[in-house]
Amino acid sequence: MNIHIPTPLRAYTGGEQTVNVPGATVEEVLQQLTGAYPELKQHLFTGEGKLRSFVNVYLNDDDIRYLPQKEATPAAESDELTIIPSIAGGGCPSR
Amino acid sequence: MLTLSLSEYEGLRAHGEETYPQECCGVLLGNAAPEGNRVLQTVRAGNARTDSAHNRYNIAPEELVRIQRQARKLGLDIVGFYHSHPDHPAMWSSTDFAEAHWVGCSYVITSVEKGSAKITNSFLLTGTGEDDKKFIDEPVEIEMRAMQQERA
Repeated sequence: MNIHIPTPLRAYTGGEQTVNVPGATVEEVLQQLTGAYPELKQHLFTGEGKLRSFVNVYLNDDDIRYLPQKEATPAAESDELTIIPSIAGGGCPSR
Repeated sequence: MLTLSLSEYEGLRAHGEETYPQECCGVLLGNAAPEGNRVLQTVRAGNARTDSAHNRYNIAPEELVRIQRQARKLGLDIVGFYHSHPDHPAMWSSTDFAEAHWVGCSYVITSVEKGSAKITNSFLLTGTGEDDKKFIDEPVEIEMRAMQQERA
């Protein structure tokens, strides 16, 4: 299935914007991805192997954290996975 | 250096005035080049931090996914983001830094004082990841040629 890589992580996919890897579940697809591009792993997962809190992974239009089966959700070749780091911030914290 | 047209520049500043006293936010689409990020389109986004919108912003990830999809269709990349600081300097805050994860992207901040946009600065997030990331000041260039064409 196709995985869309965000701008800051393309340095670790040889500049590829979209990569195609096999896998029957979201977890398998992510394992295949980090197997093919090992440098990505530390940017996506913590040392304990959990998805970093600021990294969002969408299976088509759904955040995998909110899917009933989460990473174990079945993935079809026609599905799309999008990796999207969060974007947030704001002014003075004391106000 | 961050390059953008006058209309995009004025548009993101106007967004900050429209949402005052709350923070606005949006996404910069364009191309990354050796000389810097070049913005070809700005996309307004909603501020999902409705609990504290006067000093916080957040772009809902589902909206970001939608914007990234739109960019792909246009042959553009996400090259940065913008937001406003109502009655606060156009400098990145500790919250801005902690929540910045898009290395290589430009973070544009506009100070809005009493409803009027004042200073717009850009900061480039550099490094390789969370451990060594840092913001560096980035000059903003308003494209004169684009400005002349727009006003012709």
